[in-house]
Amino acid sequence: MEEDIRIYVEEAPGQRREIIAPTDMGLSLMEVLKADGYDIQATCGGMALCATCHVEVLAGPALPEPQDAELDMLETLPVVHEGSRLSCQIRLTPCVDGLVVRLAPTGA
Amino acid sequence: MPNTISTDICIIGAGPVGLFAVFEAGLLKLRCHVVDALPQPGGQLSEIYPKKPIYDIPGFPEILAGDLVDNLMKQIKPFHPTFTLGERVERFAKLDDGSFQLFTTDGTEIHCKAVAIAGGLGSFEPRKPAVENLENFEGGKGVHYMVRDPESFRDKKIVIAGGGDSALDWTNFLANVASDVTLVHRGTTFRGAADSAEKVQKLHESGKIRLVLSSNVTHLHGNGTLKEVTITGNDGKAETVPLDCFIPLFGLTPKLGPIGEWGLEIENDAVKVNTLDYSTSLPGVFAIGDINTYPGKLKLILCGFHEAALMCQGAFKYIFPDKKYTLKYTTVNGAPSM
Repeated sequence: MEEDIRIYVEEAPGQRREIIAPTDMGLSLMEVLKADGYDIQATCGGMALCATCHVEVLAGPALPEPQDAELDMLETLPVVHEGSRLSCQIRLTPCVDGLVVRLAPTGA
Repeated sequence: MPNTISTDICIIGAGPVGLFAVFEAGLLKLRCHVVDALPQPGGQLSEIYPKKPIYDIPGFPEILAGDLVDNLMKQIKPFHPTFTLGERVERFAKLDDGSFQLFTTDGTEIHCKAVAIAGGLGSFEPRKPAVENLENFEGGKGVHYMVRDPESFRDKKIVIAGGGDSALDWTNFLANVASDVTLVHRGTTFRGAADSAEKVQKLHESGKIRLVLSSNVTHLHGNGTLKEVTITGNDGKAETVPLDCFIPLFGLTPKLGPIGEWGLEIENDAVKVNTLDYSTSLPGVFAIGDINTYPGKLKLILCGFHEAALMCQGAFKYIFPDKKYTLKYTTVNGAPSM
């Protein structure tokens, strides 16, 4: 059994909340954030088709490069940041231990 | 003269759960009218992922979302439901006899004995960019979030913002309609359909349109109607461009919309229900599918189907409080038609 990892959500400047997540269930970051009570719509259910799970990666380990579907969707958003990602496309593996993210405002 | 419809249940939302509610209501011989803001039935399945397979529909190891909608439409056909599509229910009133009057954005009036809200995550609304003064120029004053009638832009000076397929497609189309087209995109390349991006590039090179990359529309100016926009580059340089219409095309995002103002008990943008029959805090109004919330709620289509079945029993009792209902199995009685 693989170990749990820690994800940090910046809820306000300087205020980070820790989430402990399993890595042996094939979960995405979006699923873990939703399970933890964050207000993420994830309209398309994790298919990189709606961008309602948009997050900004602030710090942590280097993530796998986004695939075309994720880049296509990010392209349609009015505002993206250097660390913008769709949380549904980030798989929780030991490689993402220590990731720090911020939820994008609704609609962005 | 407004279009007035009379029915037993008005179902708000033509997604899979709303459509299956028509079937369950039909088994109880209740007439249904379905309203949806989208121009076609199917909700998210038709609008967002019609070609994606779904794996957790009982009896279907795998089914495309669009095919599930087609099957549901076939399943409810014997009950002859009626539809108002492309219109959003804006407000409703409860009458003294316990029935309801619903009014849509386009003036359709529906009189019904019960209301079932199956609105999914709400209605899909344009994703709005953070531009100063944007709201001041909505409603025919210069900002358009979609192109309903291309002819309304004939010989106008327009600025389109966005980098997806919609922005590319409309830039290409309106280049032959409007007198002046500027496309503003915050990036340097387009990831939309290669063919569309190539056409945009060619139109730009031929001087037919203006392409402003690495930039955003940041301010709107005008006195009552839109006159100018400020386009600011990622390098901080800004220019002011005269125009008649600004068309930001950044896709759609779901919003609860007017349902949130109907006096129903709401929690986290969802309608609170009693799981006995999925009734809301207002007798006669029910909520099923992704739009409701209750302890243990799972936003799954199959859970919505279950909720639709129980909701229809509750609606039947509300409409006919004195009638006795006996559960019947379709295997015994078949699926009756209306």
